[in-house]
Amino acid sequence: MSLLSVRDLSVAIGAAAPVDGVSFEIGAGETFALLGESGCGKSLTALALMRLLPEAARIAAGSVQFAGEELCALTEAQMRSVRGGKIAMIFQEPGASLNPVMTIGAQIAEALKFHGGSAPEAKIVELLAAVGIPDPARRATEYPFQMSGGMKQRAMTAMALAGEPELLIADEPTTALDVTIQAQVLDLLDGLRRERRMAMLLISHDLGVVAQMADRIGVMYAGQLVEVAPRAAFYAAPGHPYTRRLFAALPDAESADRAASRQRRLLTIPGSVPPLGTQHAGCRFVERCGEALPVCRTTLPPWREYAAGQQVRCHLETAHTLLAESADFTARAKVGAGETALLEARDLKVHFPLRRGVLQRVVGHVRAVDGVTLALQAGRTVALVGESGCGKTTVGKAILGLQKPTDGTVKLHGKLLQGLAPAAMQMVFQDPFGSLNPRLRVGEIIAEGLRALAVAGDTRMRVVELLEQVGLAGDMVGRYPHEFSGGQRQRIAIARALAVRPQLLICDEPTSALDVSVQAQILNLLTDLQAQLNLSYLFITHNITVVDYLAQEVAVMYLGRIVEYGTVDEVLRSARHPYTQALLAAAPRIEAGLDGSREYVRAAGDPPSPARPPAGCHFHPRCPRAEARCREAYPEPVALSATHTARCFLAV
Amino acid sequence: MLQIKFVLLWSDLLFFVLIAAVVVGGVWAGRVEHLRLAWRQVGQSRVGMATATVLLAFVLVALLDSLHYRERLPGEQENYAVEVRSALDAALTGLRTRTEKTYSAPLATHLFAKESLDADLGRDFPRLKHGGAHLGEDLTAQGGDIAAKAIKGLGLGLLGAMAFGLVSLPLRRAAPHLAWNAQLATVLVLCLLGGVIVALAGDYHVLGTDKVGQDVLYLTLKSIRTAILIGTLTTLIMLPAAVVLGLLAGYAGGWIDDVIQYLYTTLNSIPGVLLIAASVLMMQVVIDTHPEWFATTAERADARFLALCAILGITSWTGLCRLLRGEVLKLRELEYVQAARALGVSSARILWRHVLPNVMHIVMIAIVMDFSGLVLAEAVLSYVGIGVDPNTISFGTMINTARMELAREPMVWWSLVAAFAFMFVLVLAANLFADVMRDAFDPRVVKQ
Repeated sequence: MSLLSVRDLSVAIGAAAPVDGVSFEIGAGETFALLGESGCGKSLTALALMRLLPEAARIAAGSVQFAGEELCALTEAQMRSVRGGKIAMIFQEPGASLNPVMTIGAQIAEALKFHGGSAPEAKIVELLAAVGIPDPARRATEYPFQMSGGMKQRAMTAMALAGEPELLIADEPTTALDVTIQAQVLDLLDGLRRERRMAMLLISHDLGVVAQMADRIGVMYAGQLVEVAPRAAFYAAPGHPYTRRLFAALPDAESADRAASRQRRLLTIPGSVPPLGTQHAGCRFVERCGEALPVCRTTLPPWREYAAGQQVRCHLETAHTLLAESADFTARAKVGAGETALLEARDLKVHFPLRRGVLQRVVGHVRAVDGVTLALQAGRTVALVGESGCGKTTVGKAILGLQKPTDGTVKLHGKLLQGLAPAAMQMVFQDPFGSLNPRLRVGEIIAEGLRALAVAGDTRMRVVELLEQVGLAGDMVGRYPHEFSGGQRQRIAIARALAVRPQLLICDEPTSALDVSVQAQILNLLTDLQAQLNLSYLFITHNITVVDYLAQEVAVMYLGRIVEYGTVDEVLRSARHPYTQALLAAAPRIEAGLDGSREYVRAAGDPPSPARPPAGCHFHPRCPRAEARCREAYPEPVALSATHTARCFLAV
Repeated sequence: MLQIKFVLLWSDLLFFVLIAAVVVGGVWAGRVEHLRLAWRQVGQSRVGMATATVLLAFVLVALLDSLHYRERLPGEQENYAVEVRSALDAALTGLRTRTEKTYSAPLATHLFAKESLDADLGRDFPRLKHGGAHLGEDLTAQGGDIAAKAIKGLGLGLLGAMAFGLVSLPLRRAAPHLAWNAQLATVLVLCLLGGVIVALAGDYHVLGTDKVGQDVLYLTLKSIRTAILIGTLTTLIMLPAAVVLGLLAGYAGGWIDDVIQYLYTTLNSIPGVLLIAASVLMMQVVIDTHPEWFATTAERADARFLALCAILGITSWTGLCRLLRGEVLKLRELEYVQAARALGVSSARILWRHVLPNVMHIVMIAIVMDFSGLVLAEAVLSYVGIGVDPNTISFGTMINTARMELAREPMVWWSLVAAFAFMFVLVLAANLFADVMRDAFDPRVVKQ
């Protein structure tokens, strides 16, 4: 007898059906994961279960049975006691889900009162302790702004637990958090589920997170479930062509032959998720599927048993031919060591003054970047890795000249740089929606740099050429950015940067806002461009697998300083700094999740503020191996090989 | 030999420039996609089309009233009358010239107050010179006469609306998705009302007469120009300051930001009415001590009117400036502005191409929203006695005189009601239109 049973659930927004005939079951104490790219209807499904759909949407058909009770038939008043009391939900953005003018304790008390009647102080403290908040009695009197993102998500979880729900819906609970914090929160959720024998509906786009958490997995595509399978079977042999492509689009960090896997082009899924309101006759994936049969276009595929317990909605016979092997890069940039550095940043510092009082006296500094030294050779990629707030974006901006460094030098071809050098360096930004002016046509956006630098030649020809270079059609010049998908916008942003023929591209998390399949397209494009144009990349990211695939060298930043620097194999395969080890271990990896052994160096707590860094080694309060000397002095770089350095006393 | 001499007052010139700018802007907006889409959304809204029609009717009256001229005096020498008239005055010559002795109620045939007639008749309500004069002594026919004229007027209005419908047919064909029905309905209502008024105005004072016997309908129609001009010219005056300073403060930051912020917080902390009163009185002194600057009283009144616009403008740019500064602070950190900076694009160009177009919706919404506020402000200021020149006919001066009229027994209510009704319709139309504009232009409003 399952706890939650969803039958043919459909949600309608006008004529469109963002959720169409979804059926699944969750047993008591089980974790079911809904996996899919953005816009596939995962969150709407969850909101429909809670009957919390937005104004325009409504449940068009289907039934939701919770412990034998039909939720769709309940009145709104009855539904209120189900929400929180039987089904609780935590959301992606913990900051937006907490009321900023109420203390954490008061907010939990509110939830307790509604479900229990009374809210004794002890119960609040007990809940906060249960979600691993240190010093819970004091924390209960604090306001949300006094807490970090991870703490807020824990507090949200405590509120969700207040009604002792039997089912917890977690909608991308860790997407807004850093990897080390994500690992902590995921561990917490899993522990709570075990302890309280709660069922959990986890919504995620991250194959790694799902591998670690889920018992069974449902893959959603364009409003429909296309595959439902137990975890082991799912990861061993994904059945649906979409799922298999999703796996193939991930850079493979675990492959035995790393040299070969880096040489291989990532498999991409052509196109993007069909927009809401598209009329589908047959399979919804047919336009992007390489193996589509004629019947796929006309008839909705039935569910078929792919393996024991693994069901797939596909016309194709179980014996799939393997996906066509992706082609190798024809020429991945050959990198000769020992060339003269294209870019040299020495002892770069960016300090933001903290002012206080009427006279705006400087009372301290936020040391966003505190002595960063980097070198980059032509045609190579250096990855700058770290959690949010560690100063990696500021390093990029300081090198570019967008942010005036407080101290330090940037040399290009051995020549000292003052201010901007637009023709030599360009930046590609994270958010493909914020990086293009919505009021300008694509052609104008790309031509902007050409005009600003008064580049000679036919601007229009050059713009068309650039568009084709990044894989778009030349006749798109007259269109506006809103007509493009996220991946296409990122291509436009890359074309804009390439227009002035830079030698160095600073890529600030260019793929983190994109879906996995689109990320693969952009990574392939960047690799191709590097080979064609002998570009260098400074690749700022928090995504370890992308680093592994793309970079030759890696610099790990913590609180404004580079704590470990070396070639990609040295840093990712034999990390010596405890922070790097924690970062690597925290990144959810599919294999690590599957064998269930998550033994790793754990970074406890939250990153400290760069305005008040801890004395000594910045990492020592979170470091499991910290010794007395770590608290006294910041370690000097220790050379571990010709290319590998780490700033840790224990690295030697 | 031309019998009139055209007079171009400064406010006329500015008004024409403004209308030309709106027309040019409209043509330009038709070429820019996001603006075209937003305007189309305004056009698809029934409220938008109806209120736009009402506003256009008001603007039309104001426009007619802005074509000024002086008549040639009879005689050999080329002399022109001192009064400056407008095209509206010419069209309303009948209304303007048929003055009574003093107050009379709407559609009345007798004065409102008893007077001593010829010695033997004692005190009674004297007959009006013009109102209902065609009835002669047979006053019993008044009701029937009014009804007949009203029906004739309704028929006229219906004909007018149908004629408009026919004439505008190609326009409707060209853009069939707009809410033309709402527009036609509004035109019909306007035509019916107009028809009745036109049919009656020839023989009656539809809205009565004021203290000196002037037709109140004439006064209300003349007030429209003042209201519209106050609303638009003030915006024209304050807009450059608000936009330039707002963009500068937000984008440049540092001491420039401090100076601009200091300026507008200082201005804001002086009570608005006080500042306006002081400035208006000073302007008045300057104008009064330099009679040689002005050829006619109309020019003098116009100078005072423009001064009022300028003063209102100076005190009202701060709100928009502050809004723009905040928005630019946000835009400055957006990635496309950063990207433009990385490409070496100059600050002026970034402001022009990347920042300004993305704050234009705020400017547009602010203009329309401020309009009604300014119309009301004029009424309040004139009521207090620091508004337009007493010779300028405006809703404010009408309401100001109504203060005394309301205190009479029996009460003279029609000037106030007439001024109130016209102003109410104008301000309500402007406010509703502003709402529709905000829905269409504000990117934060979720579009279905």
